[in-house]
Amino acid sequence: MAAKFENSIVRWIDHRLPIFTFMHHELHEYPTPKNLNYWWNFGSLAGIALVIMLISGITLAMHYTPHVDYAFDSVERIMRDVNYGWLIRYIHMNGASFFFIVVYIHIFRGLYFGSYKAPRELLWMLGVVIMLLMMATAFMGYVLPWGQMSFWGATVITNLFSAIPVVGESIVTWLWGGFAVDNPTLNRFFSLHYLLPFVIIGVVVLHLVALHRFGSNNPLGVDIKSAKDQIPFHPYYTVKDAFGLGVFLIVFSAVVFFAPNFFGEPDNYIPANPLVTPAHIVPEWYFLPFYAILRSIPDKLGGVLFMFGSIAVLFILPWLDRSPVRSGQFRPIFKIFFWILVVDVVALTYFGGKPAEGWYVIGSRFATAYYFIHFLLVLPLLSIFETPRQLPKSISEPVLGGGAGLAGAATAPRENDR
Amino acid sequence: MIARIKTLAATALVASALAGPALAAGEVEIPKQDWSFSGVFGTFDRASLQRGFQVYQNVCASCHALKHVAYRNLVQLGYNEDEIKAIAAEKEVRDGPNDEGEMFNRPAKPSDRFVSPFANDEAARASNGGALPPDLSLIVDARVGGANYLYAVLTGYKDAPADVKIPDGMYYNASFTGSQIAMPPPLFPDGVTYGDNTPATIAQQAKDVSTFLAWASEPNLEQSKRTGVMVILFLLVFTGLLYATKRKIWASVH
Repeated sequence: MAAKFENSIVRWIDHRLPIFTFMHHELHEYPTPKNLNYWWNFGSLAGIALVIMLISGITLAMHYTPHVDYAFDSVERIMRDVNYGWLIRYIHMNGASFFFIVVYIHIFRGLYFGSYKAPRELLWMLGVVIMLLMMATAFMGYVLPWGQMSFWGATVITNLFSAIPVVGESIVTWLWGGFAVDNPTLNRFFSLHYLLPFVIIGVVVLHLVALHRFGSNNPLGVDIKSAKDQIPFHPYYTVKDAFGLGVFLIVFSAVVFFAPNFFGEPDNYIPANPLVTPAHIVPEWYFLPFYAILRSIPDKLGGVLFMFGSIAVLFILPWLDRSPVRSGQFRPIFKIFFWILVVDVVALTYFGGKPAEGWYVIGSRFATAYYFIHFLLVLPLLSIFETPRQLPKSISEPVLGGGAGLAGAATAPRENDR
Repeated sequence: MIARIKTLAATALVASALAGPALAAGEVEIPKQDWSFSGVFGTFDRASLQRGFQVYQNVCASCHALKHVAYRNLVQLGYNEDEIKAIAAEKEVRDGPNDEGEMFNRPAKPSDRFVSPFANDEAARASNGGALPPDLSLIVDARVGGANYLYAVLTGYKDAPADVKIPDGMYYNASFTGSQIAMPPPLFPDGVTYGDNTPATIAQQAKDVSTFLAWASEPNLEQSKRTGVMVILFLLVFTGLLYATKRKIWASVH
């Protein structure tokens, strides 16, 4: 349905290029379940975090020099001589951490409320692709300042590919552009670090197209049944997202202005030196769970396979969890296992940051085992044996008790087959 | 009020789980000091900065470079333009080529970076028994524990316990990882004479030079904190208004 615009220029443009109709349709009247809680803020926050990273990153690239002899010094020049360079760089540096915090919360929200289930499987899988792209981007970005952790992190992670039988060594040489992590590696990482965020934008667009096909899932996990269940996106969720953004920015600013190196590794303020290996090579915190899985397997190839496997299971999650009930609220046993998984991932994060010795190794093996057991065993079995609680008939029923009308906010039902 | 904390706790327990600064078994405890620049409203104590700069110039600068800091940056320490010109002019820099194509030496200018004591790392090693004195521009950011660590090392020289054998050219330092350090004890009581008559104890010199080097690592710390206070105050008000707006708009839904 074409919206009516008062401005004649807008009408003229919209008649030929219906972008205003499109925006009205997708951002204004877009029907949304009325019961979304604050965990649903993290999707839009992730989008804003991406924009913050793009703007700060493009600005940094104007001052950065991707060369092994100048990279470290050019970053220090940004910190000391470029106007507000310290602010731009601290925003970008901490923005990466906050982007991952927001996205990880977004993912766990999807896990708890079953947002990956039919008909949103592709929406979920596109999300996993975005996470993978984010990881690649973040990893290559961390290499750019060319500090000790940049260099040794790059060396360790690229060396993982040498575990591939037969062609492994050739692949590593090809990735490096030489026989060690060196200037060609830094150059290509800079190039790809600049490219991948735009690929992420592309996948985010697909993620949104898939989202708007059926609209948001909701805490009850039941579909929208009638106009009473839904409210237009604007102004209800625009203002709620704006408030959430405010809270996010307060926390983000607190770190950027008062503890900018909180998430950082002091060793990365030492220029890269191929002759001196740091005592402990630790990746950024957001990689620690995967790093823990990698190290918990005694075999190199096995470790690499399990690490990638930990993300691969997310791809097939919609077919592992066959329970017809989406929301964890109505799945008494699933709920318990969900929180065990949360604790398990926190434990993996902890073990990933510890040296691979003694008790930490045993702990990380148990945590790794449980991670896979959860997805490959617990979820499929729960789908069979768990008795879910009674689902509400509709979204408005439990909220309003008697199903009272919501005339002011109601809109027409979403046309799902447009 | 010196709180004894493990180096681990320097970044707080959450950070260790998240950021994971890996620490080997047997690393030393770094006591926490009171710094003028810590806390939300912290600023660098200017007198301490100038004393610390004096310690750096008279003691550290003979071996340690400070190559990311320019003489002009000393304006933040409270020196005026003429003083900075005079400080810079004490050093010579290689410049050129001139119109005849020759390289030449000239006195350093405020726009120059701090002149390094050695031409290159190899020269630095050759003069220091094989050990490389690190550049100090980022030393506070580059060490777990930051300024506390620096202070601990500078005041950590002690006689080695009887059962510890220290090789020639090495010194015992309780706060240094492995307890052996190649740097000879740099500070002595009254090793410098402070212009403001502050008694130049080892602890005082260590405190001052650590403050100076904290500034060298993060010269924008004061501006950052000042800006941060205003940004967060604004955001608190703005977010409060957004919350009120949200409540009003949603009133008809709840």
